[in-house]
Amino acid sequence: MSSDPVIRVVGMSKAFHVGTTRKREDLLSVRLANGVRRMMSRRKASSESMHWALRDLSFEIAEGDVVALIGHNGAGKSTLLKILARITDPTSGFAELRGRVGSLLEVGTGFHPELTGRENVYLSGAVLGISRAEITRDFDEIVAFAEVEKYIDTPVKHYSSGMQVRLGFAVATQLKPEILLIDEVLAVGDAQFQRKCLQRIQDVSRGNRTIIFVSHNMAAIRAICRTAYVLEGGQIVAKGETGPVVDEYLSRVQASQTANVAVSTASFHVDRVEIKAANGVVIKTFDSMTIAVTFTAMKDLLEPGLLVKIMTNSHERVASLDYYDLGAIGPVAAGEQRTVGFRIDRVPLLPGMYVVELDLKASYRVVERVDQLYTFDVVETPLFGTRRPRSGNGSVALDASLLEEPST
Amino acid sequence: MHADRIEQAPHARVVRIQPRRGLGSLGVGELWAWRELVTFLIWRDIKVRYKQTALGGAWAVIQPVMTMLVFSLFFGKLAKLSSDSVPYPVFSFAAILPWNLFSTGLTGAAGSLVGNTGLLKKVYLPRLAIPIGAVLAVVVDFLVAFVILIAMMAWYRISPSIEALLVIPFTLLAIVSALGVGIWLAALNVKYRDVKYVLPFLVQLWMFATPVAYSSSLITKPWAHTVFAINPMVAVVDGFRYSLLGAPPPSLGTVCTSTAVALVALLAGLLYFRSTERTFADVI
Repeated sequence: MSSDPVIRVVGMSKAFHVGTTRKREDLLSVRLANGVRRMMSRRKASSESMHWALRDLSFEIAEGDVVALIGHNGAGKSTLLKILARITDPTSGFAELRGRVGSLLEVGTGFHPELTGRENVYLSGAVLGISRAEITRDFDEIVAFAEVEKYIDTPVKHYSSGMQVRLGFAVATQLKPEILLIDEVLAVGDAQFQRKCLQRIQDVSRGNRTIIFVSHNMAAIRAICRTAYVLEGGQIVAKGETGPVVDEYLSRVQASQTANVAVSTASFHVDRVEIKAANGVVIKTFDSMTIAVTFTAMKDLLEPGLLVKIMTNSHERVASLDYYDLGAIGPVAAGEQRTVGFRIDRVPLLPGMYVVELDLKASYRVVERVDQLYTFDVVETPLFGTRRPRSGNGSVALDASLLEEPST
Repeated sequence: MHADRIEQAPHARVVRIQPRRGLGSLGVGELWAWRELVTFLIWRDIKVRYKQTALGGAWAVIQPVMTMLVFSLFFGKLAKLSSDSVPYPVFSFAAILPWNLFSTGLTGAAGSLVGNTGLLKKVYLPRLAIPIGAVLAVVVDFLVAFVILIAMMAWYRISPSIEALLVIPFTLLAIVSALGVGIWLAALNVKYRDVKYVLPFLVQLWMFATPVAYSSSLITKPWAHTVFAINPMVAVVDGFRYSLLGAPPPSLGTVCTSTAVALVALLAGLLYFRSTERTFADVI
């Protein structure tokens, strides 16, 4: 950050009113009655029902940097973007932006369903701050990018949602500001279109433009952004080069994975269950992972066994692994500690939380269920392009490819 | 700042975003920079207004004509209200036009911010552009209906004099009045949806206080005239009848009072709007 920063944020905070008082104040009568009282003790009364979305945030972004904002829902990412886009004002502190700012917080901003595609291109352009002349100049390019040539004079309400999104994004790509703010708008469309969008954003970033990009999709963030900021509770808790920051963030997301909870059954004492990525910090689709169980025998065990059941968050069984199918643990004497487990190559799971249930077997017949559930998260997948992973996609990851079309 | 047409070098301008305190400026300069957006919003409202209606743009004519017919029957024929020796139908129609301009503009502006929540929450634009666009979009309906008024004047053989040009400033006064009150209500509506319920009631009462169906000459006491003129639409309606139909002119006092009230309402509306707009995206 040698030269003048393009974006400088100093001590910025943003508070929202929360709680039940707001609803009542929506009635004019209540508001009028409270008016005098509120004026007398404004600050005192309001601070109690405030939620601080951003707390004393300060940072600088240099020209041409492409910054990812990551964090949980409610961490303040969108609030920060909205302030920088001047949609809402900060409560205190300030930000300085050098150059034109374009914001892409929604695809198809300003679209009206009754108007045709052509009309909406101009309308959305005007709303985003693109002049009519610029739109006219680039009109064919916009329509071609959106792949809606045939329907450009049809009202947008007859478009499929995919077509609307493509047209909306195509307009927005004509926005050529020095600073571009992008909220999770890429979470839409098919894979091919997403690749086009990503490509477009990368082109834009090469033009020495500064980009702030909010996404839950770590793969897209790794592809686009040089720098990543982690927001938590309205504060930046980590920042730096994208790769390490994202790894660190994800590893904290799955901090619950090593379960040190000790559980005893009649024959075993489970000391520790460790579920982790075999190489790397986080468990990703098609990477390898290990599940290791450390236990102490409570009595002499001749043929102990281990059954690992992997279930979804809603307790539907996805798969199970039985030690007996792969080998034998061998006799364990009373008081002896052992660590046994599995290595799973190319984990075929989509992002989400998974639950592990253990059955320990004292012999082929005796099964002792451990009444403690262990969880792990798969946090990243290469499968969805830039789409945001959703639970509706199922939980099994298929290593699929397209059928080659027969050559004619 | 989006609106600059010329590609500028980076670092050309610094925008400082900070909590706005006090009233600040009226933001007219910024609005001018975004005038293209305002025209697009007007164009959108006009395009969309009569979409998926069987009669389409004819509604711009049907509404005032039907009102005129009903007024002529009840107030003209049955109640035999004085119409300053002008045929009652054209007498009432010359008032219905500016009244509709005012009331529709006012209603449109009041609901405009809530109706454009998507814009408010997702993109930066001068918020004032939204209610202003809503009011100006109504002017087109007014102009269409105005053609009917000219036809009626021809039918009743009322030939306009040079005073007819005064209809332009009186139209502007109606627009300013609608804007002033409309901007105020639009901003209030963001936080207090009570506005939605108050509005039809307000418009109805306001019409009774405006000489649409009757003549201002009904009010005889001088002090009552002064009070009457606080309603800026009084000067507008009397002005229309005077300039187009040759009815007695509104007094200078009435015109001045009405204009002053309209301007004060606009200024106060602008100030209130500017002081609350920073929280629109949060509370809407």
